[in-house]
Amino acid sequence: MTQDLIYTLSGIVLFGIGVFGVIASVHIIRKLIATNIIGIGVFMVFLASARHGEITDPVPHAMVLTGIVVAVAGTALCLWLALKIHLSDKRGQGVSS
Amino acid sequence: MISNPLWLLPLLMALPLLAAILCGLLRSFRWLAGLSSLFALLQLAVVLMMLRAVQSLGSEGVLRYTLGGWGAPLGIDLVVDGLAVILLLITAVLVLFLSLYSSQYFSNGASAGRFWPLWWLLVAGLNAAFMAADAFNIYVALEMIGLSAAALVGLAGTRTALTAALRYALVGLLGSLCYLLGIALLYRVYGTLDLAQLAASVQINPATWASLSLVTVGLLLKTALLPLHFWLPPAHASAPAPVSAVLSALVVKASFYLLARFWLDVLSPATTEVAMNFLGVLGAVAIVWGCVKAFRTSRLKLLVAYSTVAQLGYLFLLFPLAAAYGSSSALGSSSALGSSAMIAVVFFIVAHALAKAAMFLAAGNIQNYFGHDEIDRVQGVARLQPVAVFTFAIAGVSLIGLPPSGGFIAKWLLLNTAIQSGQWWWVVIMLLGGLLAALYVGRVVAVAFSQMPSVQMNTGAARPVSRSQSWSGLVLALAAVLLGFNTDWLMGLLGPEAAVSATVAGGWQ
Repeated sequence: MTQDLIYTLSGIVLFGIGVFGVIASVHIIRKLIATNIIGIGVFMVFLASARHGEITDPVPHAMVLTGIVVAVAGTALCLWLALKIHLSDKRGQGVSS
Repeated sequence: MISNPLWLLPLLMALPLLAAILCGLLRSFRWLAGLSSLFALLQLAVVLMMLRAVQSLGSEGVLRYTLGGWGAPLGIDLVVDGLAVILLLITAVLVLFLSLYSSQYFSNGASAGRFWPLWWLLVAGLNAAFMAADAFNIYVALEMIGLSAAALVGLAGTRTALTAALRYALVGLLGSLCYLLGIALLYRVYGTLDLAQLAASVQINPATWASLSLVTVGLLLKTALLPLHFWLPPAHASAPAPVSAVLSALVVKASFYLLARFWLDVLSPATTEVAMNFLGVLGAVAIVWGCVKAFRTSRLKLLVAYSTVAQLGYLFLLFPLAAAYGSSSALGSSSALGSSAMIAVVFFIVAHALAKAAMFLAAGNIQNYFGHDEIDRVQGVARLQPVAVFTFAIAGVSLIGLPPSGGFIAKWLLLNTAIQSGQWWWVVIMLLGGLLAALYVGRVVAVAFSQMPSVQMNTGAARPVSRSQSWSGLVLALAAVLLGFNTDWLMGLLGPEAAVSATVAGGWQ
């Protein structure tokens, strides 16, 4: 009972840290890392909900796996876009949005 | 197998995914265009068969397919009702015309090879979102839409487009993660993600409120309601023309549709009238603000994009109008989704989708012709590109809501609902919105018809506009207007109350 509550609450705290990071950061890579922290927070909340007393519910793990795949794809897309912007800047300075 | 209409549901998922894979294998842009047109036609045929199936089931008809035969709590279901089939139909129609347009727009192997696989992934995501019966499946659909849409925006390749695409991708990720946290909380409390089972077991408690708020914020980010609209104008304005069209016409509607499902059906016990009115107020501000920004902007595609921000505001009037038809507890039944406010909004979605797609295609043609889209520098374009300007004006008629267009019927139904429920202040906003829309459409048309057809084919970016590019936009614009002439078939799909509204609307014509 308390164990999965701890996981749920830390997941929500990670989510909050990530949202703060996305809003407060200027540099695009920082925003992207913050987005990934949000993702990890959400996945932790999901995983914590897997425990029902003695039995473990496998469905959240399947959903978290899907979520990880999506997060990787999204991160890859954002990095590719950031790289393209960086290359299109003749000055070659850091990318910020 | 053929006689059972349930096969149509997975087929509608499989077709665009198959098209995406096949398009990834081809290199020649002619083959890509031909294949995509074929698949767009097949998809339309499937949706039309689905429409027949839903119509034959009557007003409360629902098609439900259990993928792999697993069943709701563990497996994933696909569901199509009258509302979903309307959205699937407008998607299939727009995809067909936009595919025809795109086969001319992306006329070399490299750009076409990048465009078509992403295009079909986006279509698959839209179909999945409209047919979803599972909250997690909605997340997957939202990500398919968000990632492919962001990549499509980036295809324009300019620095502005890439920056807009990056911001769009990040906002999309943020929105769907918010949504996912809401879903995680729901799963923790109720142990199911099937929308029907959730609706049956949902209770009013802090966890439900928290998940409703998270789901709402996530979907509002993707629907671009006013304070969260900042990413929309740059993304929609800098994308290639067919992409802008599909983003404004369909992509933002998908998340709105899901939001409506959650508020009026799945989580309706947890909603309050105050919250519904708050969404309505945000929508009202969006109408005015979007119109003002559209009028003041200097670029044509940006004007059309801000017009989308304004038109999305009308959709959110659904919530206060639906709330007026009963206390929030009475909204749990399916009748809320068939209420007259919902019918008006569905009509608005269809009319706006057709008109806005046509408008973006016309703006794209003008931009192609001149190599830029600065409004003040397209004087006399009415003589050079008459079809594009005519398309823009006709689509504008529907956006303003002048009779006899589809936009007029939609707005009239909304006004009617507002007056019936005694909320006259929304009427003022809607009339003001129509007036402001007339101003920004009129501004473009005035410039287009002004004298001084000076030689402005200066920039190297200018490209000739083919005949099919001109006409596909015009067909969509005319469809938006003709929608106003026959409303019965659309209404019949939404339930018995809809038929009454249809006769009222018909009598008024």
